Amino acid sequence: MPQLSPELERRLTAAVDRMPAFPKSVQTILTMTRDSNCLPKQLVGVIEKDPVMTLRILRVINSAYYALPNKIGSVGQAVVYLGLNTIKNLALACAAAGVLPRFHTDFFDSQQYLLHSLSVASLARLLCEKHARSEADPGDCYVAGLLHDFGKVVFAHTMAAEFTLALGIAAQKGKPLHLAEQEVIGADHAFVGALLAQKWQFSEALVACIRDHHAADVAPQAMLDCLRMADAICRQRGFGAAGNPWREEELAELPARFATATEAVVADLGDLNKHLAEAQTFAQIGVGEGG
Amino acid sequence: MKVKMWGVRGSIPSPGPRTVRYGGNTTCIEVRSDADHLIILDAGTGIFPLAQSLLARLPVEANIFITHTHWDHIQGLPFFVPLHIPGNIVRIHGAFDLITQQGVEHVMNVQLQYSYFPIREAELKANVEYLTLTVGKPVRVGDATVTPILMNHPVINFGYRIECNGKSLFFTGDHEPWRNIYAPEESGWAEYQAMIEQRQAELEAAIGPVDLLIVDSAYTAAEYPKKIGWGHGTFDTGLELARRTGARRLLCTHHEPTRSDDELERVFAEALTRQTVAGCEVMLAYEGLEITL
Ligand SMILES: [Zn+2]
Ligand SMILES: [Zn+2]
Repeated sequence: MPQLSPELERRLTAAVDRMPAFPKSVQTILTMTRDSNCLPKQLVGVIEKDPVMTLRILRVINSAYYALPNKIGSVGQAVVYLGLNTIKNLALACAAAGVLPRFHTDFFDSQQYLLHSLSVASLARLLCEKHARSEADPGDCYVAGLLHDFGKVVFAHTMAAEFTLALGIAAQKGKPLHLAEQEVIGADHAFVGALLAQKWQFSEALVACIRDHHAADVAPQAMLDCLRMADAICRQRGFGAAGNPWREEELAELPARFATATEAVVADLGDLNKHLAEAQTFAQIGVGEGG
Repeated sequence: MKVKMWGVRGSIPSPGPRTVRYGGNTTCIEVRSDADHLIILDAGTGIFPLAQSLLARLPVEANIFITHTHWDHIQGLPFFVPLHIPGNIVRIHGAFDLITQQGVEHVMNVQLQYSYFPIREAELKANVEYLTLTVGKPVRVGDATVTPILMNHPVINFGYRIECNGKSLFFTGDHEPWRNIYAPEESGWAEYQAMIEQRQAELEAAIGPVDLLIVDSAYTAAEYPKKIGWGHGTFDTGLELARRTGARRLLCTHHEPTRSDDELERVFAEALTRQTVAGCEVMLAYEGLEITL
């Protein structure tokens, strides 16, 4: 990153400070669901302590398809009816969607942003499972995908006018958004996202991954490679959108791990829509949260 | 109604000299209504020999009811030969998956990909229909009705109650009796216990006093503590369910794959020394067993 002026540094720090805390329950659930032996009562306990997540889960269950005889009114009851695994997966879905704050701006479609983040998360995890299983944790890759563009949310919240301008430049000139941001604001969403991830006390690796996801000249690293490849695929195929236009020359810049045949990597993943079904579901759950 | 067992093994096919008498195929049950409508419960590997038996009388109109999507209950589905012959009608019934937000068509879609099977779903020759079921809502199949009941397993699992001209049977699919996730001294225990008891009562009411109860009794009571949460019952919980619902006949199935025929008979006899069910004939399911209701 270029040197920041003291004034800009102050503004960015203030912006990051104004962002809400990362929900502890979400982090706990993301960690717990990685362990197939987590105790049912622990999971129920964590979900119950988060009223928003509880509400979301119960809403999905009660709105849905089993037409259960009684309205399900508690997480424990949900476990009795649908089983621990189903509730665990639903909690994960709600956690994933819930990480991404709801925000409304005329210039940045939060629904599309949500779908983009969730799609990148799914594909990053899949790529890790297929190509980097021994070097990185697929679950970490999922989280990296989920949060990589969080800096844009910070911009949308706190520097709406400048961010709008940057989005406009990116769209009209086909310029990478992070370059447009650097031009207009003096820092890009990767930098700000990393600041936020640091504040949330995420791992060094995750912070670095968010910081470097648009940097051309960083050393290859499994989690980052999977994230960048997933991001490229999602933007090229139009799975969601987060303000950054796709440019053909990006294909040449993809991580060396995949460089031999990007199309072959994509083909090997099979029917992408199938893999993204989960992202679509989670995005809907996120939107189901009214008000 | 006529019932025939084509696969009685749980988890994985287990052929070999130790399983000759009871059979090594995974779950598949053929039910014929009085008017000869074909209902198939689950599509484990037992569905393959069943399919062979159907080829002499084409065209076939089959109603397959999937209890749940674990491999041992769907593994034979691509090998249900009538799927590959034009003129047959195959209806596949099953649950909606809350996570993928897809109906039962999801099963075949996932199974029939080139990486796993040489024929894609779109290339099937039979007329295939998918019907996503609602808990407690009966489906008519000719002169029979089939009602899905929500059971307890790590994935959504339907038990099926089938009725035809006053006779009835119930198949649990894979089912583990509910269990309190709290210890008795913990504060959540009483509330959770009340929910479980209510749920158990609902289940028993839904099953009712059937002529034939077919239950997942994979384990012995002694083995069970190591298998808690795996989603299967024991001989003892099967007997208990038969007693509480007033079943007239109990068929124990989903045999543990590592158990030999001799061991199976031994542990079954042992369970019967601990409890018997008055007025209920209790037996082990074996491949080829036919029962007329
Ligand atoms: Zn099974
Ligand atoms: Zn199962």
